[in-house]
Amino acid sequence: MISLDLLKKEQSAIIDQFETEKLPLKLIEMGCLPGNEITLLHRAPFKDPIYLKIDQSHLAIRLETAKNIFVRLKT
Amino acid sequence: MPQTLKVALLGSPNTGKTSVFNTLTKLNQKVGNYPGITVEKKEGTWTLSKDFKVKLFDFPGCYSLNANSIDESIVIETLLNKQDQDYPHVVIVVADVENLKRSLLFFTQIKGLNIPSILAINMADRMDKKGVEIDIKRLEKELDTKVVLVSARKNTGFEKLKQVLLDYKTLSIREIFDISKIDSNYFHDLKKTFPKESLYRLWLLITQEANFTKLKRKKITDTSDFRTLSTLSLKKLQQKETIQRYVFINDVLKKTFTVNPSKAKSIGSILDRVLLHKVFGYVIFFAILLLIFESIYDFSSIPMDFIDASFTQLSQWVKHSFPSGNLTHLIADGVIPGIGGIVIFIPQIALLYFFLALLEESGYMSRVIFLMDKGLRKFGMSGKSVIPLVSGTACAIPAVMATRNIENWRERLITILVTPFATCAARLPVYAILIALVIPDQGFYQSLTLMGLYLIGFVAAMLSAWVLHQSFMIDKKSFFVIEMPSYKVPLLKDVFYTVWEKTKTFIVEAGKIILAISIVLWVLATNGPRDNFKQAEEFITQQDTTDQSIDLEDQIQSYKLENSYIGILGRSIEPMIAPLGFDWKIGIALLSSFAAREVFVGTLATIYSVDSEKQETIKERMANEKRADGKPLFSLATGISLMLFYAFALQCMSTVAIVRIETKTWKWPLIQLFSMTFLAYVVSLFAFQILQ
Repeated sequence: MISLDLLKKEQSAIIDQFETEKLPLKLIEMGCLPGNEITLLHRAPFKDPIYLKIDQSHLAIRLETAKNIFVRLKT
Repeated sequence: MPQTLKVALLGSPNTGKTSVFNTLTKLNQKVGNYPGITVEKKEGTWTLSKDFKVKLFDFPGCYSLNANSIDESIVIETLLNKQDQDYPHVVIVVADVENLKRSLLFFTQIKGLNIPSILAINMADRMDKKGVEIDIKRLEKELDTKVVLVSARKNTGFEKLKQVLLDYKTLSIREIFDISKIDSNYFHDLKKTFPKESLYRLWLLITQEANFTKLKRKKITDTSDFRTLSTLSLKKLQQKETIQRYVFINDVLKKTFTVNPSKAKSIGSILDRVLLHKVFGYVIFFAILLLIFESIYDFSSIPMDFIDASFTQLSQWVKHSFPSGNLTHLIADGVIPGIGGIVIFIPQIALLYFFLALLEESGYMSRVIFLMDKGLRKFGMSGKSVIPLVSGTACAIPAVMATRNIENWRERLITILVTPFATCAARLPVYAILIALVIPDQGFYQSLTLMGLYLIGFVAAMLSAWVLHQSFMIDKKSFFVIEMPSYKVPLLKDVFYTVWEKTKTFIVEAGKIILAISIVLWVLATNGPRDNFKQAEEFITQQDTTDQSIDLEDQIQSYKLENSYIGILGRSIEPMIAPLGFDWKIGIALLSSFAAREVFVGTLATIYSVDSEKQETIKERMANEKRADGKPLFSLATGISLMLFYAFALQCMSTVAIVRIETKTWKWPLIQLFSMTFLAYVVSLFAFQILQ
C-alpha cells in the first residue's frame, strides 16, 4: 500500500483508505471512495498537482492532499 | 390568470445546467443579486400552458447539499426555508450522462427534502458515442421519480420535460435514502426531540459548518434526549453518509446503466497530452492569450471609431435642431458625450467575454488552472487565480467575484488584492486615445505600447502578490480540487447568452455612474461662484487683447470654464499633479475617474465641448490642446505618465465596493486603494521627469 502521490503516470490502483480528518468531504463526494479505481493520468509540469481519473470523475488535486489517500496497486 | 409555478434548476458544474436554462427560457432572463450578497440570481419565465406560467430559477452549480462556498450555501438556504419567496414547487436536477453516478449523489440528497423532483439527464446525444445505455423505466422506479433524457445541444427532450412539469402534482415526494441508518442511535434521539420535523432537513441544519449568508438559522442544542456531536464526529458521519449513498447509487446503476468501455475512450486524452505538455502547454496558452488580445484590438477599432463619430454627430444635431437653452445644452454636452463614453466599450467588452466564454465552455480553462497551479503558488495564489486574473482584463468586478472558487482564504485574498492591476476594459479607451495621440502611427509602435501596458499590469499584479505572499501571516488549512471536464465544442447559443448578459450588466451598471457623473460635471462646468463667471463676456471684451488670432468666443468660453466650480477645483489640485505633467483639466478627469476610469474620455469630452463649439472629435480636440508656452499638452512624456497612472491607480468605486463585500471588511479595499494610488503617483512622477 502506498500513498497516492507516489503513483506513476498512467498507473492504476484501488483506493484503500484515507485520513478521515484531513480529507475534504468534497473529494469523497466526487467519487474518492475506498474500493474505487484510481488512475493517474498526468502530472503537471512541475510535478504538482496531479490529474486523476477516479471512478467516472476526472479531477486534479495537489500532492499535499494526495498524501492523505492510500491506494493498493493493481497487480 | 395563469398560476405561477416556481421551478428550481439544480445541478453540478459542467452538467450543462445553464444550457438547459437557456434552452428553456430563451431571452426571457433576468439577472439580479441575492439581497446583501453578490451571488448572481438568475431567473427566467415562460408560459407552460394556459393555466401555468413557469418561473425558473437557475441556482449556482453545486456538487452536493453540503455547502462549501457561498454559492452552494444559497441553494441550501433556499431549499431549507419553506417561507422563502423562491421556495420551489418543483425541482429539476440536471445530470450529465457521462458522470451520472455523481449527479445521482446530489439527486438522492434533493429527494430527501420532500420536494417534487425531476431528473433531467443532459447530453443524451453523446450516449451513442460513449456506448451508454440506460433503462429509463427501471431507473424511474428505483429513484421514485420521473427521468427525462434531454440534449441542450440537439434541442431534444424538452417537450417531454415540459409535459412532466405540467403533471408535477403526480410526482412522488418520498425519500429514497434513509438518513437514520448511518447512526441509528443519534437519529433516534434527534427524532425524539423534534418529532414533527424531517430528519434529513434537521441533519442539514446541524452539519452546515459555516453560515455564509445573513439568514438566521435555528440553533439545535442539547436536550434531555439529545446530545450534539463534535465537529469531527459529524464530519465522520457525513463521510459515512456519502459512502452509503454511493452504495445505494451503485446498486441502482448496476440494474439500469451499462457502458461499453471500448467506446468510452475519446480524443480528450490526446488533446490533454498536447495541452498539458510541459513546453507546448504553456506555449499554446500564451499564444491563445496573445491571439485574443490582438483580435480584440483589431476587430474593435472600426466599430469604436464609428461609435465615436456617431455620438459627436448626434450631439451636434441636437445642438442645432433644438432651441438653444439649458436643457439642450445639458443633453448635447453632458448626457450624449457621457453615454457615448460607455457605448464605445461594447465592442471590446463583448469580444473579451466572447473569448472567455469559449475558453470556459470548451473545458480548456480547467487545463490552464492545472498547468498554472504550481507556479502561482509561489506567488501565494492558486491555479484557480488564473480565471480572476484573465477575466480581470475585462472587468475587475466579476473577476473579484470569480475568486470564490478558490478554497484557500489566503490564496483568495491575495488574488482579490492584485486582480485590479490586470488591464481592465475600462482602461482601454483611455489607453486607446492616448496611444493614438502620443505614439507615432508607424510600424508596430502603437500595438507594442498597448501590449507593454498589459504586461505592466500583469507584472505589477505578480510582484505585489509576491510581496503579499512574503508578508502575510494568515495561514488556514484548506485543499485544492478541480474537476477536469471533458472537452466540448462550445455551444454558440450559450456563448451568446453569456456575452449578452455580461455586456448588458456591465454597460447598465457602469452607464449609471457615468451618466450621473457627466451631469454633475456639466453642472459644475457651466456654473461658477463669483461674479466674474457671469460677467465673462464683458470682462473679455473690455480686455485689451493683443492676440487677435484667438477667436473671441473661444476666449470667453475658456475664461468661463476656468472660473466655474470645476475650474476652481481643478486649479486647486494642479500644484500636486503638475510634476506628473498634468494640467488642471486632466486633473478634473483624474478626479472624476476615481468613480470609474472610463469616465476619463467622457469627462474630457464634456470639459472640452463646454470649452468649444467647434465640430471636432474628442481626439482632434485633445491634439490641439496647448500648454501656456504653446507646446502641445499631450506630449510623449505626459501621455506615458498618464497611461502609467491609469495602469496602477485603483480608480474604480465599484471595485472598492466589491472588495469590501467579498472580504467583509473595509481594511482590505482601503489598503488596496491607497497603496495602488500611491504607487501610481510615484511611477508617473518618475516617468514624466525622466522623459520630459
